[in-house]
Amino acid sequence: MSLDVAIVDYGMGNLGSVRNALAFVGLDARICGEPDGLTRADALVLPGVGAFGEAMQQLSGRRLISELERQVLKHGKPLLGICLGMQLLAERSYEHGTHRGLGWLPGEVLRLPDEEVIVPHVGWSEIIVARPHPLFEGIERDACFYFDHGYHLVTGPEHVAATVELGGPRIAAVARANILACQFHPEKSQRSGLKLLRNFLRMCIENRRAAA
Amino acid sequence: MPKQRIIACLLLREEWVVQSIGFERYLPVGRPEVAVRFLDEWGVDEIILLDISAGREGRSIRPETIARVSGVAHVPLAAGGGIRSVDDVRRLIAAGADKIAVNTVLHDDPGAVREIAAHFGDQCVIASIDARRTGDGGWQVVTEGGRRATNIAPADLARRAMEELDAGEILINSIDVDGRGSGYDLALVERVAAAVHAPVIALGGAGTPAHIRAVLSLPGVAAAAVANMLHYTEHSVAVAKSYLCQRAIDLRLDSAADYRHGPLPDDGRLAKRNEAALRELYFQHIPRETISIRDLL
Repeated sequence: MSLDVAIVDYGMGNLGSVRNALAFVGLDARICGEPDGLTRADALVLPGVGAFGEAMQQLSGRRLISELERQVLKHGKPLLGICLGMQLLAERSYEHGTHRGLGWLPGEVLRLPDEEVIVPHVGWSEIIVARPHPLFEGIERDACFYFDHGYHLVTGPEHVAATVELGGPRIAAVARANILACQFHPEKSQRSGLKLLRNFLRMCIENRRAAA
Repeated sequence: MPKQRIIACLLLREEWVVQSIGFERYLPVGRPEVAVRFLDEWGVDEIILLDISAGREGRSIRPETIARVSGVAHVPLAAGGGIRSVDDVRRLIAAGADKIAVNTVLHDDPGAVREIAAHFGDQCVIASIDARRTGDGGWQVVTEGGRRATNIAPADLARRAMEELDAGEILINSIDVDGRGSGYDLALVERVAAAVHAPVIALGGAGTPAHIRAVLSLPGVAAAAVANMLHYTEHSVAVAKSYLCQRAIDLRLDSAADYRHGPLPDDGRLAKRNEAALRELYFQHIPRETISIRDLL
């Protein structure tokens, strides 16, 4: 069988790196900036590098938001948000002003507290998996992932899939049904990251089989 | 706190990786794609590509160069060399860079640095500072690849870059020890690290794992960047990391090349294991997991 994975192109993000990482694991993903192109995808990846406000402007300007909502919220297609792509799921962010997010997760995005930790949080950190989840299958307990962010998502504990110790536990990954997202960059986290991407794709394949 | 990092710094001159000595002499090494692929295999934490001919030629590091290497790296890539504008950065990020490094533009057009940080986030911006000793116990910042001296102290520039220009990290490079392989300028790195509450990356002078250990032991140093040292030995990054982990420095280890169980002296030259250990290795099969979904499709 084949799996159609679309990497959402809204003008911001390291699309090539994500595509290369998925290709390494055996999947040819499409980079897609048009609403129509998202419709036929079996699963979506929402990357992101840059500022929250501009990202929301780009998503809305390219008319991607309603199609994303249709595919992810209505049709339940798996979505993997990466870095800014995870933060966009929140209701709002306080990065350079107050900006509305997609609101698919309750909560908001705040600046990391620089009295407690060095900001931005850059480098490899171990994550603590909150509860067993297929996204983290086969990944060692002390596996490190690459983070590079100055802001972090705050949401309810029921959605938290993994945390990272940063002057207290901060959210490293969320999972809410078909919506999965991580603050770190799996496409830049060598073997641990590639395993996570493989696990996401396995979930997408199973989801497609179940839907068929 | 994230782990401390070992960062490979690849200097590019006319699209070739070179070794630099005192910012004056350059020895060719090879193609960047090959270097990046090996470094990635050996478990390096991050790679910075600096195009040292770009600024002088009035251009920035080429997106095509980044595109060529980004396909083979599964670790973050930073691009530097002649970057002056948001557009320069946009093209580099689209080509596969995760971060950019800015140097001369910190002086010539600080507003552009702020703009870049505003557009791409401060976590995307490394303020790269080259410094030379002044002979009276201090240092001065030098720009344009070492050709233009200023009367600015590196610690002051680092502070300004973080507080006013919204950089995310500081890369501090010593011209004096560049290429000598006899150790970092620890006093310089310590001075800069003390001046900022930010990730500081030290560069210049690394020749052995013991030098890396010395710089990572300084307070506030987030990463040790190495350039020339990488090109001399097989598995150089893996050997250095194994040495450092043996001495309780907290690093990420993820490479098939794991030397932690053998003897590792300060100079990083692998000592021969005893015959019994070698005989055991002869029959060892070390399986490496293939990360793939191809069997499911």
